[in-house]
Amino acid sequence: MRQVHAASIVLLACLLALVLLPLFAEKYYIQLFTKMMIMAIFAMSLDILVGYTGLVSLGHAAFFGLAGYTLAFAAPQYEAANLWLSLPLAMGGSALLALVIGALVLRTSGIYFIMVTLAFAQMVFFVFHDTKIAGGADGIYIYAKPVAAIAGWQPFSLENHTHFYFTVLALLALVYALLRMLLASPFGRVLVGIRVNEQRMRSLGYRTFRYKLVCFVIAGALAGMAGYFAAAQFGFVSPDTLGWHQSGGVLMMVILGGMGTLNGAILGAFAMMLLELGFQGLPVLGGVDIGKHWQLFMGGFIVFAVLLLPHGLLGLGGLASRLLRKSKERRNG
Amino acid sequence: MDANTFLIQVLNGIQYGLLLFLVASGLTLILGIMGIINLAHGSFYMVGAYLAFSLSQHFGSLWLAMVGGVVIAVAIGLLLEWLLISRLYHRDHLYQVLLTYGLILIFEELRSLVFGDDVHGVTVPALLQASIPLTDTLSYPVYRLWMSAVCLALAIGMYLLIQKTRLGMMIRAGAVNREMVQSLGINIDLLYRLVFALGVALAAFAGMIAAPVASVFPGMGSQVLIVCFVVVVIGGIGSVKGAMLGAILIGLVDTFGKVLTLEIGGFRILPELSGMMIYVLMAVVLLARPEGLFGRRG
Repeated sequence: MRQVHAASIVLLACLLALVLLPLFAEKYYIQLFTKMMIMAIFAMSLDILVGYTGLVSLGHAAFFGLAGYTLAFAAPQYEAANLWLSLPLAMGGSALLALVIGALVLRTSGIYFIMVTLAFAQMVFFVFHDTKIAGGADGIYIYAKPVAAIAGWQPFSLENHTHFYFTVLALLALVYALLRMLLASPFGRVLVGIRVNEQRMRSLGYRTFRYKLVCFVIAGALAGMAGYFAAAQFGFVSPDTLGWHQSGGVLMMVILGGMGTLNGAILGAFAMMLLELGFQGLPVLGGVDIGKHWQLFMGGFIVFAVLLLPHGLLGLGGLASRLLRKSKERRNG
Repeated sequence: MDANTFLIQVLNGIQYGLLLFLVASGLTLILGIMGIINLAHGSFYMVGAYLAFSLSQHFGSLWLAMVGGVVIAVAIGLLLEWLLISRLYHRDHLYQVLLTYGLILIFEELRSLVFGDDVHGVTVPALLQASIPLTDTLSYPVYRLWMSAVCLALAIGMYLLIQKTRLGMMIRAGAVNREMVQSLGINIDLLYRLVFALGVALAAFAGMIAAPVASVFPGMGSQVLIVCFVVVVIGGIGSVKGAMLGAILIGLVDTFGKVLTLEIGGFRILPELSGMMIYVLMAVVLLARPEGLFGRRG
């Protein structure tokens, strides 16, 4: 009980820090944190698949990238799209894609599931890469950020980087709260049951396929939300946003943080982006630009993390508290 | 499309399929026998191609480069299995995906550091530079025929190795029950190491013989990897026979997708969407037989 309490205090402190950040941070850091929070939403959407339901998807970027393209299509050229129309459209499009892909891939499980999600995401990649509908391999620009106008009245402007920041922060908190509620509900318990023992859930009378499909669609829609804001912030979408390196990266975030805990997904997203930034900032040594080859260090770090951090960064905290408790017991006893 | 063009496309499709088989068979063996999902398998294909490129410049002969390349590939396979992969047998597939994904990043960046990001070409050995004339304007290169022949020979060799030899029997037994084989006094760790090295060598060799026709470029590994996943899904995990059938199917579908034209309601479907064709095929197989054509139900 005390641990739960401590966790929620840490959580509140983090939220407070994020709310206060724009008061003293420069524009660069506000935008960086906006990007990190967008990736945190993306990572949480994958966590409900991987961490809660036990479905390891290696094609989650398809829903992320598609939403960016939806925004690009929704905006008339050189003009802004309406946020209240284009955001539901983008999320709905990603949800629909998740429904179609999910209905196919959920027929498989285990290793097959990993390979098949990757392959279908790659199919979506080729649609945008090989055809001219959205600039092909070069991608497409989004010239203006979506406008949040309701009948002429504009409560906030996404062109303002602080407004953008708070919009994303509010969505991060909203998605977090909604997912917490969803996962604590009977529906969420069924998902966890499916991960632990799907046969048993089925023999208890649950139609597990439907539960998994609904979960897949929710995850796809939320990935779409993240992809929408990523595209809006960056002002550009290319096939790479739905490529499999994006899928691999977000999977790494979920696992690095510690899967099956939404907190871990957020922590992982922040940590991965900071690591990436750190590796990119490495100096030129002996005529070789090390920062340019940052992926080498990222790869090394991933291998290292898999071998030495089986429970992610959150597991590190658990390990520390266990050691602490042990040493206390030794002192007392 | 006249008969000669059709013949050329069939030959091209089979040749591409056989090449895919070399990579996919290693992937499916490592999956089926060792239970390891190896994303870095495409990187070995890339490593092979770059080895062919650099060693053939060094030795002045693609043949010597191939011999040297296979030796290096086997060494890489043994080293990786001993250092990293052997720690993953009892871990969830998730961690196998991640570790091998990390390996891809490392291989890609090492490639970028050593060879840069340019596209390179490898010349066809003088012995095989001829073409067989079909008509006045059409001809078929001997090198491609040679590629198909070599792949086919390797496929038969693999079939014999797995079905007819004592080593193959141990490998098959190890796939069914690791502990039982171990308790019968067979060194299963060594067996797994050999299987992994064999898979790496096959993928690298495929990269080497493909280098003269497909050129050598960054990202070639990922491209092959994903197509090979499709092959394995269609054929069924662990089935070498399935990998063969799946690879030939994919080779033909992909080749003909690029040369046929198809219009539906004014939209050009082919060849514009030819990149999608193999995934459509995979979706059809998944709907009919989710465990693959030669997969075990279970």
